[in-house]
Amino acid sequence: MKIGLFIPCYIDAFYPKTGIATLELLEKLGQEVEYPMDQTCCGQPMANSGCNRDAKETEALFIRNFSKYDVIVSPSGSCVHHIRDNFDAIEQTDEVRHVRKNTYELVEFIHDVLKVREFPWAEFPHKVGMHNSCATLRALRTASMSELGEPFFSKPKTLLSAVKGISFAAPKRPDECCGFGGTYSVTEEAVSARMGLDKVTDHHDAGAEYIVSADTSCMMHQQGCAERNGVPIRFIHIAEILNGARS
Amino acid sequence: MSNKPVPHAKLAAEFLKDEPHRHFHDERLWDMRQKRDEQMHIMPEWQELREQASRLKEHTLAHLPQYLEQFEENARRNGIHVHWARDGAEHNRIVEKILRDHGHSSIIKSKSMITDECEMREYLEPKGISVTETDLGERIQQLDNQLPSHVVVPAVQKLTSDVAKTFAKYYNTDPNIDDPHALAEAQRNAARPVLLSGDTGMTGGNFLVAETGSFVVCTNEGNADLSANLPNLHIATLGIERLVPRMADLGVFIRLLSRSALGSPITQYTTHFRKPKKGGEMHVILVDNGRSERLGMDDFWTSLKCIRCGACMNTCPVYRRSGGQSYGSVYSGPIGAIIDPTFNAKKFSTLPFASTMNGSCTNVCPVKIDIHDQLYKWRRVLAERHEIPFVKREIMKMAGRLLAQPTMYRLAISGTEVALKTMPRFVLYNYLNPWGKHRELPHPVKETFHSWYKKNRLNKAKQHEETQA
Ligand code: SF4
Repeated sequence: MKIGLFIPCYIDAFYPKTGIATLELLEKLGQEVEYPMDQTCCGQPMANSGCNRDAKETEALFIRNFSKYDVIVSPSGSCVHHIRDNFDAIEQTDEVRHVRKNTYELVEFIHDVLKVREFPWAEFPHKVGMHNSCATLRALRTASMSELGEPFFSKPKTLLSAVKGISFAAPKRPDECCGFGGTYSVTEEAVSARMGLDKVTDHHDAGAEYIVSADTSCMMHQQGCAERNGVPIRFIHIAEILNGARS
Repeated sequence: MSNKPVPHAKLAAEFLKDEPHRHFHDERLWDMRQKRDEQMHIMPEWQELREQASRLKEHTLAHLPQYLEQFEENARRNGIHVHWARDGAEHNRIVEKILRDHGHSSIIKSKSMITDECEMREYLEPKGISVTETDLGERIQQLDNQLPSHVVVPAVQKLTSDVAKTFAKYYNTDPNIDDPHALAEAQRNAARPVLLSGDTGMTGGNFLVAETGSFVVCTNEGNADLSANLPNLHIATLGIERLVPRMADLGVFIRLLSRSALGSPITQYTTHFRKPKKGGEMHVILVDNGRSERLGMDDFWTSLKCIRCGACMNTCPVYRRSGGQSYGSVYSGPIGAIIDPTFNAKKFSTLPFASTMNGSCTNVCPVKIDIHDQLYKWRRVLAERHEIPFVKREIMKMAGRLLAQPTMYRLAISGTEVALKTMPRFVLYNYLNPWGKHRELPHPVKETFHSWYKKNRLNKAKQHEETQA
């Protein structure tokens, strides 16, 4: 199985550590991984703004970069959601269908495909608050949703539970959106930032030292809100913890 | 109606500035959402009920003409006058005519969003017909001359101290006494004489039952029953989508409605109206006002399943933080954002963008409307109809071009210092300032993942090959 690694723009430019951890973790788990150098973006920003037609060329480039791989893995739930559920600006050829069907978010890939449950090298002696992005929660369904009253499950938490020393905080509104929402974060910046502040405060009040997420974009926004308002909380991508980061 | 796009972002930002209001609003609605969750948890059949409710509504909508005729026939047989209104204007003329025919001039009215949708008060009052709201929340909104903020709790954005001030102005009460009981009493005292002297009662209605030709009104204050029963003339206005085929179907909806809305098992009053009281007269006005057109829209017709429980509003993190007034419409929150553009695509073009598309609304909706998917689809429709700002359109075009060309893209973000300056610009579409207004920017790093990979994987592999050779 040859894996194509998709590192979205935010991670590439601001959180390279997350990209490196994802790559190293997959390698530790015995996978053959390649990062196509010509990749840019999945087209989500244009599509979410309603300008789906403007995403066409970007989607075509994505297919050129990734169609040769058996699976595509990305440490970003919202991008994977776009590719899987909404990637329709281009014609739906066999190649496109192959890519859409075989693109995984990192946690679900490890949990569902590799079925790995042990990370003997990982130790994180901190109390963490889990942030499931709305894309992972309600579109990719990597955790149970409070609105449906379904029995509790959480793929990211299942993986993290194998990490030595980790403990979990219980925020009051675990499923509440943090307000990032892509372009929403700037078109409605006041509401977006308020939601972000409420989110980080909720985690902080629950005793979390770190917010852990499978979505960097949410955390980029939350970190901005926490820093501006002096909420002492740190952020880390789940890939880094599973790869053995201690802080 | 003004055609200018509702400045939702701006109005929401203003709403957020006032700490007590913003905090109270968010907590109060969140509390309603939690009570709803509690009700769901004690009913193992909850998801099944939702599924049933959704199917019943879809079936009814697919056979709407047939069931409407059945309703009309049965209602007439019961002695109810049935009227059809193509739009708000026709509805208002019908109401006016009924009153004129009876020589009446004052309406006491219980809560109904649809008469607000028809702008009935605005039409009747200049003609000398007074309309008095008897629902506490609607009355407060009427006195303040505002649209309802919420379909179930119209004045939810107000603190009791706001209400005390409003009442002081109109009812001469003490502006400093903001005890809810005292305020409710003040409203009762003010409403009683009006209720007793009103010559026409008006209500909305939650359900029309085709099989029996009857309709059902669910309230918590009992004011609908007063409005309907005190005067001899009762007019009820309902949208044509309010139908259910049989009495037996009703139970599904009654069980879901108040649990979804307020988290209470049932509304205090569930009143069935079947025929006029002795010596009285009963009229039902069935309003289309764009509904049959919406029924023909492939992507949006299921929004007609809505039973106006408000659960999507209570759970919506954006609505809770922006307040109902910021939507500039009778219907606010997620359901407003998907039906308002059918009334006026330009004016409400901003509303489908007033969402992070988190999807919580879809999950709580008792009739399983795919609200957040419809928000997404509206964005496409509006962009294609050029109902989004020109600048945004141009930026998206630029972003689309840049992101399709790897070399140009790399050049644009080469060096992370540069990336920090450039990235948010095209990632966040040149709205760099709004990002930083209430938030810090991400920190610059030494190198991008792209260049790290080149150094640590590609070049190393090359070196390895060379040494092997
Ligand atoms: S859309 Fe669904 S949740 Fe929202 S008011 Fe209508 S029925 Fe209730």
